[in-house]
Amino acid sequence: MAHYVLRRLVTLMITLIGIMVVTFFISLVVPLDPLASIAGPQAPQETVDRLRVLYGFDKPIYVQFGRYIQRLARGDLGTSFQTGRPVLADILHFFPATIELATLALIVSILVGIPLGVLSAVYRNSPIDHFSRVLSLIGVSMPVFWLGLVLLLVFYFKLGWLPEPGRLDIMLVEPERVTGALLIDSVIARDWEVFGDALRHMVLPATVLGLFGLAGIARIVRSSMLDVLSQEYIKTARIKGLNELLVLTRHALRNALVPAVTVIGLTYGGLLEGSVLTETIFSWPGLGRYLATAFLTLDLNAVVGGTMLVALTFCLVNLMVDLIYAFLNPKIRYTES
Amino acid sequence: MSISEAMHTLDKSDVRRRRWEARTRYLKDSYILWQRNHLMVVGTVIIVFLLLVAAFAPVLATHDPYEQILPDRLASPSLEHYFGTDSLGRDIYSRVVYGARVTLTIAFLVALISTPLGMVIGVLAGYFGGAVDEVLMRFSDVFLAFPKLILAIAFAAALGPGVENAIVAIAVANWPSYARLARAETLGVRNDDYIQVIRSMGASNLRIMVGHITPMCLSSVIVRLSLDMGTIILTAAGLGFLGLGAQPPMPEWGLMVSDGRQFLVDQWWVSTLPGFAILIVVMGFNLMGDGIRDILDPHQRQS
Repeated sequence: MAHYVLRRLVTLMITLIGIMVVTFFISLVVPLDPLASIAGPQAPQETVDRLRVLYGFDKPIYVQFGRYIQRLARGDLGTSFQTGRPVLADILHFFPATIELATLALIVSILVGIPLGVLSAVYRNSPIDHFSRVLSLIGVSMPVFWLGLVLLLVFYFKLGWLPEPGRLDIMLVEPERVTGALLIDSVIARDWEVFGDALRHMVLPATVLGLFGLAGIARIVRSSMLDVLSQEYIKTARIKGLNELLVLTRHALRNALVPAVTVIGLTYGGLLEGSVLTETIFSWPGLGRYLATAFLTLDLNAVVGGTMLVALTFCLVNLMVDLIYAFLNPKIRYTES
Repeated sequence: MSISEAMHTLDKSDVRRRRWEARTRYLKDSYILWQRNHLMVVGTVIIVFLLLVAAFAPVLATHDPYEQILPDRLASPSLEHYFGTDSLGRDIYSRVVYGARVTLTIAFLVALISTPLGMVIGVLAGYFGGAVDEVLMRFSDVFLAFPKLILAIAFAAALGPGVENAIVAIAVANWPSYARLARAETLGVRNDDYIQVIRSMGASNLRIMVGHITPMCLSSVIVRLSLDMGTIILTAAGLGFLGLGAQPPMPEWGLMVSDGRQFLVDQWWVSTLPGFAILIVVMGFNLMGDGIRDILDPHQRQS
C-alpha cells in the first residue's frame, strides 16, 4: 500500500509539471500582445521596448518558462487586471464559495443517486427503474446553463418561491469570514437568519449541479449492483436464509460501491467545471464566475492561475479517489505489502 | 489437410462469398438488436430527424435566419413566427433550424480531428511500448488532468473566440481518451499470432500499424466517440453561451440561449426554445451511443 501511494505521488508530481507547461503554453498562444495592453495603444516604441525588457519578454522562451516556474514556486501568480489584486488572493477569496456549492451538490447527488441506483437494480424493469433511467438520461443530456435559466424563470420570477440569484440577500450582513463557506461561517457566528437565507440561495444552483451529478452516480450504482447481484455469493447468502435487506446492504451494496467511488471522484471534477456555467447563471461569487470573466476579458494571469488551481484540485480529488479505491479493494490493498 | 482442400480454401470467389455472408449476417443481427432496443430506436429517430433538418434547412425555414426586422422584435410565438422572434426581430424557428447545421458541423469536425489524433498516438504508444509509450502516455495524462470543459474554455479563450477555435479547443480536450483506448486495444493484439505472421512475411511497422492494428481499435473508438458526442455538443453550446464559441450573428443554439437571458422574464421563448433543441439532440446522441455500445458488445450478440 505504501509503495502504491508513493508511486501515485510521483505520477502526481509529473502531472503537475505537465500542467505548468500546458498553462504556460496557453499564455503563449494568446493572440493579444500583453505589452500593448500594459503600455496602452498610444505608447511610443521605446516605452514598449523598455517594458519588454522589464517583464522579460525579450528573453528566449525557456528562460521565460524558468522564470514562470520560479514565480509559481514562490506562490506568485501575478496580478489580475480585473480586480487589480494578486491572483492568488483572488482565488483564495472566491474558491470557498465554489467548494461549498460543489460539495453540497455532491452530497445531494450521492444521497439521491445511490438509493436510486440500488432501487433501479433491485426492481429491474419496474416503473422505478424506468424513472431512474430517464432521470439519468436527462441529467447527462441537460445543458446546465439552460436548466439554470428555466429554474430561475419558474421558481424565482414566476412563483417567487426561491430567492434571486446571488449568495445572500443584500439586506443581510455576511458573518465574520472563518472558512469562507457561508453555511459554516453562519453556524459559527450563530446567525441563523443568514444560515437559512444562504441555504435558500443554494437550492437552485445545487439542484442544477446535483442533477448532473446524480445521473452518473445512479447509472454506475445500477450497473455494478446488477453485476454483484448475479454473483454466486449473493445466492449463497440468500440460501443460508439471510434477511433480504442484509443481503442487499451488507453483501451487495458494499461491493457495488467500490466502482462507484471512482465515478463519484470524476463527478466532483465535473461539478467543478459545471460551476463555470452555473455560477455565471446564478451570479454566484465563486471561482467559476471569476474564471468565466477572466476568460472573456483575457485576464491572462487569472486565466492561468485559475486553470491551474482547478486542475490541481481535480488531480488531488483523483488521487484521493484512487487511494480510497485501493483501500476498499483488497486486490490492490494486499498485493504490494 | 490435403492439397485439394488447401486449394479449395484459397479459392478467391469462395472466400469472397463467405465474407459477404458473414457481413450480411452481422448486419442482420445488428438490425434485430437495434429493433429490440426501443430507446435506441428513439435516439436514432432523433438523430435522423436532426440530419434531415440540417439537410433541408432552406426548405424548412420560414424566414432568413439572419434577416432583422426590428419592428417585429420579441414577438411571441405565432403562426407567422412559430417560435417567436428575438431582440433583433429574427425568426427563432428558422434560426433553430439552421442551428442544426452549426451543431452537426461542430460535432463532426471535433470527431474528425480528435479521433485520428488520439488513435495515432495511442497505436504508436501501444505498438512500440517502452520509452515511446511512457512519453506519449504521460503527455496525454497531462491533458486528462484538466476537467475537459475547463481545458476547452482555456484554449478557446487563448486562441480567441470563434467557432473554428472552439472546435480546435474541444478536440484538444478530447483526444487523450481515444489515445488511451487505442493504446489498450493495441496492447491486446500486438503480440497475437497473426501479427507475428504478417511481420515474418516482411511487413513494415507502418504497414502493420495502419493495416492490421488500427482496424482492431476502430470499433471501441467508435463506441467511445458515439458516447462522447452528446458531451461534445454540450461543450460547444457552453462555449457559445459564455461567448467563447460561435460569435453573433451565427445561429448557434448556446449563443441563442445566452442572447435571450436578459428577456427571460417577459419573453421566455427567446432563451428556452433553442435550449430545448440542445437537450433533445444531446439526448438523441446519448441514447444512440448507449445503443451502439450494446450492439457492438459481443456478450449481447450471443444472446
